[in-house]
Amino acid sequence: MTTMVETMDYDEVVERFDPVLGLEVHVELSTATKMFCGCATTFGAEPNTQVCPTCLGLPGSLPVMNGAAVESAIRIGLALNCQIAPWCRFARKNYFYPDMPKNFQTSQYDEPIAFDGWMDLELPDGETVRVGIERAHMEEDTGKSLHVGGATGRIHGASHSLLDYNRAGVPLIEIVTKPIEGVGARAPEVARAYVTALRDLLRALDVSDVRMDQGSLRCDANVSLRERGVSEFGTRTETKNVNSLRSVERAVRYEMTRQAAVLAGGGEVVQETRHFHEADGSTSPGRVKETAEDYRYFPEPDLVPIAPSEEWIERLRGTLPEKPAERRKRIQQDWQLSDLELRDLLNAGAVEVIASTVDAGATPDEARSWWVSYLAQQANTRGVELAELPISPAQVARVIALVNSGELTNSLAKQVVDGVLAGEGDPDDVVAARGLAVVSDDSALNAAVDEALAAQPDVADKIRGGKVQAAGAIVGAVMKATNNQADAKRVRELILERCS
Amino acid sequence: MPSISRDEVAHLARLARLAVTEEELDTFAGQLDVILRSVASVGEVAAEEIPPTSHAVPLTNVFRDDVVRPGLTREQALAGAPAAEDGRFRVPRILGEEQ
Amino acid sequence: MSDVTRLTAAELAEKIHTRELTAEQVTQAHLDRIGAVDDFVHTFLHVDTEGALAAARAVDAELDEGRAPRSPLAGVPLALKDVLTTDGVPTTCGSRILEGWVPPYDATVTRRLREAGVVILGKTNMDEFAMGSSTENSAFGPTHNPWDHARVPGGSGGGSSASLAAFEAPLAIGTDTGGSIRQPGAVTGTVGVKPTYGGVSRYGLVAFSSSLDQAGPCARTVLDAALLHEVIGGHDPMDSTSIDAPLPPIVEAARRGASADLSGVRVGVVSEFAGEGYQAGVQRSFEAAVDVLRSLGAEVVEVSCPHFVYALPAYYLINPSECSSNLARFDAMRYGLRVGESGDSSAEDVMRATREAGFGAEVKRRIMLGTFALSSGYYDAYYGQAQKVRTLVTRDFDAAFDKADVLVSPTTPTTAFKIGERVDDPMAMYRADLCTVPANLAGNAAISVPSGLSDEDGLPVGLQVMAPALADDRLYRVGAAYEVARDRASGGSLVYRVPELRESGA
Repeated sequence: MTTMVETMDYDEVVERFDPVLGLEVHVELSTATKMFCGCATTFGAEPNTQVCPTCLGLPGSLPVMNGAAVESAIRIGLALNCQIAPWCRFARKNYFYPDMPKNFQTSQYDEPIAFDGWMDLELPDGETVRVGIERAHMEEDTGKSLHVGGATGRIHGASHSLLDYNRAGVPLIEIVTKPIEGVGARAPEVARAYVTALRDLLRALDVSDVRMDQGSLRCDANVSLRERGVSEFGTRTETKNVNSLRSVERAVRYEMTRQAAVLAGGGEVVQETRHFHEADGSTSPGRVKETAEDYRYFPEPDLVPIAPSEEWIERLRGTLPEKPAERRKRIQQDWQLSDLELRDLLNAGAVEVIASTVDAGATPDEARSWWVSYLAQQANTRGVELAELPISPAQVARVIALVNSGELTNSLAKQVVDGVLAGEGDPDDVVAARGLAVVSDDSALNAAVDEALAAQPDVADKIRGGKVQAAGAIVGAVMKATNNQADAKRVRELILERCS
Repeated sequence: MPSISRDEVAHLARLARLAVTEEELDTFAGQLDVILRSVASVGEVAAEEIPPTSHAVPLTNVFRDDVVRPGLTREQALAGAPAAEDGRFRVPRILGEEQ
Repeated sequence: MSDVTRLTAAELAEKIHTRELTAEQVTQAHLDRIGAVDDFVHTFLHVDTEGALAAARAVDAELDEGRAPRSPLAGVPLALKDVLTTDGVPTTCGSRILEGWVPPYDATVTRRLREAGVVILGKTNMDEFAMGSSTENSAFGPTHNPWDHARVPGGSGGGSSASLAAFEAPLAIGTDTGGSIRQPGAVTGTVGVKPTYGGVSRYGLVAFSSSLDQAGPCARTVLDAALLHEVIGGHDPMDSTSIDAPLPPIVEAARRGASADLSGVRVGVVSEFAGEGYQAGVQRSFEAAVDVLRSLGAEVVEVSCPHFVYALPAYYLINPSECSSNLARFDAMRYGLRVGESGDSSAEDVMRATREAGFGAEVKRRIMLGTFALSSGYYDAYYGQAQKVRTLVTRDFDAAFDKADVLVSPTTPTTAFKIGERVDDPMAMYRADLCTVPANLAGNAAISVPSGLSDEDGLPVGLQVMAPALADDRLYRVGAAYEVARDRASGGSLVYRVPELRESGA
């Protein structure tokens, strides 16, 4: 299947060509219920247990809009500095696909609820880029298919497919940028910075889980090249479902080098959908359709128009979180950071998670020390962003609280974090399941101390003789005997008491 | 007013996922042509400044509270399925990629 | 024939509630009648004998305990058009593609009927997915008009209207997208009402053309229709297009109308609904009906609705467009028919084969017409223009309702035509909807009341009365007044002049 694809050296690409990007991000809202029915949206439920006549598309069923989803859409629009449409409708996008129960997607077409906005991004070197937002519109997610009989669940070669409609009808917001031009060699970096900033903004708005690994944030990257100095756009490709921040950057970079090679060889870029391959960072074309798609959009007759009043919009504007730039300024002051320290934290993608950990009760120093050291190592090992680690700021704050109360030592705390990262539940669950609480019972510790002193009588004598530093060996033995679950400081105190 | 050809009818049938027969193509091409000619008069009256009507009642902002309602059990959901497997709807192999 | 089946719903309710009859006796009488004549008229696709008797017994038990009736129609049987979902009872919409499908949920109309103690006898025949004006498009064979076995009972709700004229049920539910309640009512000599769009919930009504579809009551008298309208009508949070306001006082209006006094009421005769294509006997019946209204004290004025001539073309663009999308869900994946599955077939192959095998010719024709009208390059010229016509039709109604409280016309240009006569001529079939579609496009309320028999063929003719949106009560006042006057003049209700039907096994 794999064919050799020519790519051009990146430096040469940016010397000869000027890239234009367009990013489409789909965000699953974290509402309790679906867009048009009262079914739950819990991730990971047993297949087809969160369905009803409406989201299964049963004959006769009708949609009713989730007001909370509409509010989230308006808040996202406002946070992206968009205009909010005074009147807009849903439309039907007609095409057949088995994961779509009605064989049309209820979506917004030419009347998005939010349009014409912008977002400022700060790149790692401190440069600011303003990305224009074309629109943010509401739509519904599809079900999920499981392909059976082929190799590793791929669609090719499958004998049949199995459909689960739990996800069908989950509210989605699609956010589309205006063409991003003039960023040259920095295009891949800008793409990544945009998705990162958007993710942080959506998290601050508390409208979505924004988990790229679970599909609650999905990015499609449109890339085209034009000769330098030319104003018309080149032919673009759309790379689908790029599922991590790093992949966004890689996919854009790969498409630039691939398209440049095609153009330099006198060929033409084919306008098509492409798929990104995590393993080697390449993209490959999607299936060529026999019939050109014609979605036959028309206004959804089963839903009535949305006409948000000025009062409603202003009330929602009042619920927006601080703007990222202001927030950063405040954080820098509160945490007493130098410009350089702040920049390092920003580049490490640590500011938002630290802030959330502080919001959950930790001090800035405690939160910082966890995120920039132990958790940063874990993220690095896994090749993901800090925010993509399967541990939440609230869980980190809980671990810190357990250390502060003396229930965990630092070394036990790391084991608890490991447990959370391994999917064993909340910190308290891990403590209970792994039996990691500090041994704080002095009688148990005294027994262990006595045992250790008896095992090393020479050392015991030295301590009794005033050589306090010799206690270290006994502390080590006690810690080993208690599986590191003792508080070393307390153990030392007990040894000295015993030997005085 | 363009008349509708047999090829266009075949294209419509593909879009609509109808495996029409050759005879049907002939019959439908003739009938659709007659119908389209007789409905083409809608083009005569409605000028630019006329707003379109998509809904018969002038309602706006009909929303539901974000509260979970009981839906169907899995057994109910799958009861009408032509085929099911492992709690899911079983369908023939799917060509192409998700949209 | 049992006398019980000749009674009106109001009379039956009274006898049941005073315990002169039990609901079970009434239900059994209608089930017996269905058993006797349905082979001949074929109005039912499914008779739910056990469910009906159980529902009747439940009503009887409550009344026997001395409890008040659940509704003014508690215990009265009803025939339900097979386009409304019924939990645990098959719903086919007259289509092979849904043959054997048993919905896991009740339509709101079904639920309200059950809650009111109305006894659902079964599901009635219809044109496939309500597309048609003759019930010949049912995949399960045509329904015959009780007035003449060789003729159609109208459509799409021919099963519901014919069940009334055949005395198989005193009440029925229909749905009206372009006249599917009123036109069958007219050609079977029964009463049919299309309520204001949004007046009766569409939840569980299998959609044909969502912006036009409206369920409504069918009965043999105006009062019975009013009683049924009050049971099924009113706001439903499951339907976004449902009107969130109380129903107008419908039953009160029907009772008031029975005093046969229309002084102060302005009746507008729509001048566009006459002339070419109108059967002479229908025209004469209509003119006589207008004279009757005048004699009851109504002020008759002529009104012009110049854009109504564009209503039928617009209707035949909007309904196929919406239907092409609404019927996309019938794809053999989750429910209903699946054919063409072999070792190598793809989901797409199976969808195409199933839709080809499961849909009849009229449904396919409309799906393709709608696919065309919505396709890029044609949308503006067809669907877009049709929606502008909709605005113009609504404006014509607004102007006419400035001059008149209600508008009148014949319900349909001809009496019942012969089975098979228009099958191969879609345009001739579509013209049956000429007078009824404007009310669907504008969303306002309309009724068809029998206006006697055509003097040339002896078949029933309907008088259509149209009222502004939300003013459904006016239909009932004018309809009831006219009904009383006509019955007085002709010595009783028209429907009793239906010929005796051939009974099977007799």
